[in-house]
Amino acid sequence: MKRSLAQRSVIAPHVVWSVLFIIAPLLFMLFYAFTGPDGSFTFENVSRLFTGNYVLIFVNSLCLALIATVICLIIAYPLAYVFTKLTPKWQKICMLLLMIPLWMNFLITTYSWMTILEDTGIINTILGKIGLSVHMINTPGAVVVGMVFCYLPYMVLPIYSVMSGIDHKLIEASQDLGASSRQVLTKVVLPLSVPGVISGITMVFVPQVSTFYISQKLGGGTFQLIGDTIESYFTGVSVNYHFGAALSLILMVLIIISMGVMNHFADPEDVTGRPML
Amino acid sequence: MENRKLIELKGICKSYDGEQVLKNIDLTVYDNEFMTLLGPSGCGKTTTLRMIGGFEAPDSGEVWFDGKMINEVPAYKRQVNTVFQRYALFPHLNVYENVAFGLRINKTPEEEVSRRVKEMLQLVNLAGFEKRHVTTLSGGQQQRVAIARALIMKPRVLLLDEPLGALDLKLRKDMQNELKNIQKRTGITFIYVTHDQEEALSMSDTVVVMNAGQILQVGRPIDIYNEPANAFVADFIGESNIVDGIMKEDYVVNLAGRDFPCVDKGFEKGQPVDVVIRPEDIDIVPAEKGMLTGKVTQVTFMGVHYEVIVDINDFLWMIQTTDFVSEGSEIGIYIEPDAFHVMPKSEWSEIFGDYSSYSMEHDLLSENTGEEEEE
Repeated sequence: MKRSLAQRSVIAPHVVWSVLFIIAPLLFMLFYAFTGPDGSFTFENVSRLFTGNYVLIFVNSLCLALIATVICLIIAYPLAYVFTKLTPKWQKICMLLLMIPLWMNFLITTYSWMTILEDTGIINTILGKIGLSVHMINTPGAVVVGMVFCYLPYMVLPIYSVMSGIDHKLIEASQDLGASSRQVLTKVVLPLSVPGVISGITMVFVPQVSTFYISQKLGGGTFQLIGDTIESYFTGVSVNYHFGAALSLILMVLIIISMGVMNHFADPEDVTGRPML
Repeated sequence: MENRKLIELKGICKSYDGEQVLKNIDLTVYDNEFMTLLGPSGCGKTTTLRMIGGFEAPDSGEVWFDGKMINEVPAYKRQVNTVFQRYALFPHLNVYENVAFGLRINKTPEEEVSRRVKEMLQLVNLAGFEKRHVTTLSGGQQQRVAIARALIMKPRVLLLDEPLGALDLKLRKDMQNELKNIQKRTGITFIYVTHDQEEALSMSDTVVVMNAGQILQVGRPIDIYNEPANAFVADFIGESNIVDGIMKEDYVVNLAGRDFPCVDKGFEKGQPVDVVIRPEDIDIVPAEKGMLTGKVTQVTFMGVHYEVIVDINDFLWMIQTTDFVSEGSEIGIYIEPDAFHVMPKSEWSEIFGDYSSYSMEHDLLSENTGEEEEE
């Protein structure tokens, strides 16, 4: 179909944006990943990934992101459910409280968590009064706390938005057919909110896999995540765009695979009629 | 019909935001009857239904079911099931699982679920649709799934909230018959909410006419039509000429400037009354032989009959006739004594005049039919 001038001029900015900031960088990444310092084609960058402890770094990153995502989900789901039960006024207030941390720079929130979790931080000072002391900073646990805090709103919002969109008549219909509050939750609300859960996981898991700053500050560099590793090849003393690009490429492939697996479970054309969870 | 009381509402009042939507409702529903709550949008009929279903609690008053007060019984423990206005089918389940929902909730064995779902789908003519996704069904099919889903629970009472409102006319007629048949076959008490008076008259054993949070009349369809309790009921059910009159004595009513013989009695002498004359009860005769004479101002062909508007002393009457008369002609009318229905004056009397705003009224009515009731 031939498009009119008006139609072209409307979509033009989007096309230019996509080419400049999505397609071009992807091509650059592919180019760097498969070339050596002299510009010749090579698989060396990709094969180098399977040497040293790079595989372990990948596994660590995926595991940590998975744990943080699951914790986000466990906190966010009941929170979103409770939100939908509030009066419209309180729903707005709670949404605002949830969003405010997003408006602060995440460097600041990360630094705040450092001062909270430090051996001489707020928690340990309070625990010290009763003669206790827990080492928290520079552990994987501290990194998970930081990640959960940063990304929790991105999990709550899509779940809340899908949940509050559930037709109240469906709830009444299930009560009418004998469902108790618990059964309404498990048989109606839960299956109908799966799309929200899926998009929440997508919005939280992906950035968590490639997170880098939080792990440096709260993990104290005691262990490396893939985000930190990639960063080190673009800014550190051992700059190597080619290997950094290869790492990024593999990370992207891994994320695409995980998303594919996830979307398979959220197939809207699920004709069996039974929710898959 | 059996005369066993199944549901009783006693002095039910309900307000939303200071606005009273139910004003002291008393209603008795008998076992096995098909009862219809009929009234315009916002009259409180849906709220009344939701009280019985357990989705609304009355501010004051009592809901009784089979000899027990059930005000405190939550919806999921009541022996009633509901067919919701827009079906409210579960979009994540297929036809089979939608119908089986209630049985799964009370943990019915799988063989029984399978047998009863099959029976139900046969009852509503949806055999073979088990695996279909509900979102792929037509409105009429979704409606039948909703009915099957409620009926499979073998409720004592089935509540239906404008169940046919979203269907086109032809389908609605078919579904009316089907619903009536299902009710007869299963013997379940139906409480049916609608604003469509034809639907109410053709399906029900008992019609309850409501307006502005009050019950105006309860009776058999034929009584509601022939003996409306007041001007509102007369106007809402069918077409009617509502004329101011004075009861001269028993069997004599004065209206439009002369006395007519009628069959009503028991009013005081000289009492002002509303007189209803149905358009189909008026005969057109030559002007010189008429009880009253007037000029034809409008003739509309309706298919089976003509609707004729006649100006008699500045009061516009509607007459339904199969004989053609031409616009502008002088005609006489003749009314049998039993065609006069005399009612005492009520708070509704002043609202209804003649047919001078007839065409406007039609527009209003056709607008209203597509409207959803927001209560």
